[in-house]
Amino acid sequence: MSDLKSTGPQTADAPTPEDALHEAAAYAAREQVHAPGGPADGPVLAADGTPLKRSLNRALRRQKMRALALIAPLLIFVLLTFIAPIADMLFRSVENQIVSETLPETVVALADWDSEAGAPPAEPVFAALYVDLFFAEAQKLHTRLGTRLNYEKTGVSSLFRKTGRRVGRFDTDTYTDQITALDPGWAEPATWVAMMQNNGNRAALPLTARAWDRWTAYLASEGDDPAKEDIEDVLFTTLYLDLVATGGSGAADARIAQAAAAVGGFETVTLSEQFAAADKDWLDPEVWGTIKAFAPNYTAGYFLNSVDMQKTPHGIEARPENQQIYMMLFKRTIFMSIMITLSCILLGYPVAWILANLPTRTANLLMILVLLPFWTSLLVRTSAWKVMLQQQGVINDTLVWLGIVADDSRLVMINNQFGTIVAMTHILLPFMILPLYSVMQTIQPTYLRAAKSLGATNWTAFWRVYFPQSVPGIGAGSILVFILSIGYYITPEIVGGTTGTFISNRIAYHISSSLNWGLAAALGSILLAVVMLLYWVYDKIVGIDNVKLG
Amino acid sequence: MAALTPIYRTPVTFYVPVVAAAGALAGLFVGTAQGSGLLGIVAGAALMAALALAVTRVIESEKATRWGMAALFVAGGWLIGGAPGLILGAGFGWFFGWFTFWLYEGRYRAKLPTYLTPGQVLWHFTFRVICGAILVFLITPILVVMPLSFNAENFFTFTPEMLRLDPAGYSLKHYRDFFTNDDWQQALRNSVMIAPVATLLSVSFGTLAAIGLSAEHVPFRRPIMAILISPMIVPLIISAAGMYFFYSRIGLQGTYFGVVLAHAALGIPFVIITVTATLVGFDRSLTRAAANMGADPVTTFFRVQMPLILPGVISGGLFAFITSFDEVVVVLFVGSAGQKTLPWQMFTGLREQISPTILAVATILVGISICLLTVVEMLRRRSERLRGMSPG
Repeated sequence: MSDLKSTGPQTADAPTPEDALHEAAAYAAREQVHAPGGPADGPVLAADGTPLKRSLNRALRRQKMRALALIAPLLIFVLLTFIAPIADMLFRSVENQIVSETLPETVVALADWDSEAGAPPAEPVFAALYVDLFFAEAQKLHTRLGTRLNYEKTGVSSLFRKTGRRVGRFDTDTYTDQITALDPGWAEPATWVAMMQNNGNRAALPLTARAWDRWTAYLASEGDDPAKEDIEDVLFTTLYLDLVATGGSGAADARIAQAAAAVGGFETVTLSEQFAAADKDWLDPEVWGTIKAFAPNYTAGYFLNSVDMQKTPHGIEARPENQQIYMMLFKRTIFMSIMITLSCILLGYPVAWILANLPTRTANLLMILVLLPFWTSLLVRTSAWKVMLQQQGVINDTLVWLGIVADDSRLVMINNQFGTIVAMTHILLPFMILPLYSVMQTIQPTYLRAAKSLGATNWTAFWRVYFPQSVPGIGAGSILVFILSIGYYITPEIVGGTTGTFISNRIAYHISSSLNWGLAAALGSILLAVVMLLYWVYDKIVGIDNVKLG
Repeated sequence: MAALTPIYRTPVTFYVPVVAAAGALAGLFVGTAQGSGLLGIVAGAALMAALALAVTRVIESEKATRWGMAALFVAGGWLIGGAPGLILGAGFGWFFGWFTFWLYEGRYRAKLPTYLTPGQVLWHFTFRVICGAILVFLITPILVVMPLSFNAENFFTFTPEMLRLDPAGYSLKHYRDFFTNDDWQQALRNSVMIAPVATLLSVSFGTLAAIGLSAEHVPFRRPIMAILISPMIVPLIISAAGMYFFYSRIGLQGTYFGVVLAHAALGIPFVIITVTATLVGFDRSLTRAAANMGADPVTTFFRVQMPLILPGVISGGLFAFITSFDEVVVVLFVGSAGQKTLPWQMFTGLREQISPTILAVATILVGISICLLTVVEMLRRRSERLRGMSPG
């Protein structure tokens, strides 16, 4: 056992249990070959008597656990502060609970309605909408829903706002008057509280029971007591509708039976007419189709919007020509990122070449010129370009002074694509030069000399010998620059104007100005998918472990 | 191969036309500025050809030529363009004095292989000029900002007074504004409060994790690495959007704590990368030796491992610090007006009320980044020396 390195008890710092494990196995095999039946025939033992193999395995496991324990705090930190937000964004891009949460009754009632029939839904749907809208208006949720549905069909927002103002003044007080006329007890909130505690009553009046639950929940959130608040018209309406539908059979309360017997002779209110009076758009099947199309809890609607499509009652369609901007923005983002990447290659290649071929001292000195912009604040560089490029800026002034450009026809170099490309090429150039430089440093200059001595011209030697060896650097730098540029926000925002902006500017606009967070999340998810794909390619070509800084 | 190429004087037919061509180019600029480009070209070419001939045939001393030419051009520049002309003239004169003799004595070939054809020599120098131009492109925007920040007017461009080098054209008023304006001071305070705390968080978590990651047997090493590096890869606008949504869900949006957490997350990849790179060269037998002598893991870490990887930790920390200090997209969304940092203030300044105070701030920031760059470079050298990777 003398040639075994780790036979003693494993310390926490045991070097390489796995190596020892192999060694032990090899040792055991050797023992068996050379000395069959000898003293070492059994399993090799560690000093504490456990089999060496198990002891080593345990040490290896402990080492793994220790490494994981060191990583765990950071991993949890990153998962909480970074990965969870990203997951939240992905979730928001499909999340669509607002319709079914705000209009639960309507969504259920609409399930049977055929959106292709070309007619508005029947009376029960309007009754359900009346109930939903009443509570939505009370909680001020109807405007939010209107805004949400307005992304899909213009005009819905004002429709909801207008109807929300009118819904409390519908003629449904007719029911209230007629029911309370039967028995004044109906007007007492306490009557309702008692009635709704009975399961038989609840089963007989399902819609009323659901409406009552929402009513009490709403009052609770307002800090009010249901036993003290006046009963609203909407509850009498649901009571009437339930009594007509079920006849009140099974109800424990005599009052309900009495009312059920009387409802046949009631004067009725047509809710569809009430809604139509509030806004005639309620008779438009398209509005109902939109509500139905966005009733599910999850929707692809935001993603469709972000590729200039839309989900309509008749299926998926392209958006009207004048509303198609996202494909154009995606194309522009990609086009400009490619332009930026190409200009970075064009400008970065010679510099990287000269840095790699100069004597180290000079190269280090020139390297400072590359690293200084790399280390300088992004905003400093962007403001510098604003100073340089604007019409009263340094470049235009110089050109005018030299007489190349007339004073009244100064070049427009900012707030357009040109400005964005120039500024971003400058900002991202170090990201191209650094990987190129590190690859070019490894290329042997003797290869070039050998090619030339074999009769190659300068160009052939470069193109056939040097260039192919530098391609990995170009690939690494290009992907890096492309990934960085495709998601840029600040520089296009400041020097891009309207024609030089990227998809990221649109995302920011939807988050902070239009508040269409779902669409922002969907656009972000698409962008993220593109970046992740490129990142994966980068990992395949370069490896994330090889990312170097400075 | 440098000293092997014999150098010899070039014929008049070579260096005089070349100097004349350079003179024509310079003349073009001077001429267009004075009103007639064509005249400038002809005059520049003629003047330089005559001068080149004169100095090589009559004076024959490079030192004397340089001083003479510089004096001549200074006088000429003063007559044409006043103070700036004087400085430009001195530069021109010095350059042409050197350039003429550099060509005349054939020194330009000294460091090139003997076998190069004239075309190749020309390409060699053209290439260097191109590279120089690109490096100028890299550095100019930063250099332009610095003098403009001393502008006495509220302009973003050089005023005639500045170009005349008139002291009245320069002032420190934008710096004064930065140091007295409440908005800027509040922004500076916020930046100084956020960045160090975020850095501390990312460095302490990051260093521990980097040590864990550099152990020999780490299960799921690649996916863990991918997750930890991801804040650097995911575009900032997406991180900002996600954090805005998520942090407003849990009530961190618009709080100091939220911004610190977000910035710490963004700084972590830099710490991980630099510290793991340092740990690659770390000799494990040192910790084993420490354990062997009875040190517990904590003592081993602080007395043996930490001093050796400290350069990497500090430069990772500096990267994290500069990330937080420069960051604007995430703070724009995650923060509220109470967390307005310096870059945020600059961003609004650039978008809305344009004031050259931004340029003063920019100059200060460039100064800071030069300091940080120097520190990182020194640390890198020290670390390489400690690990015996480079001599000296």
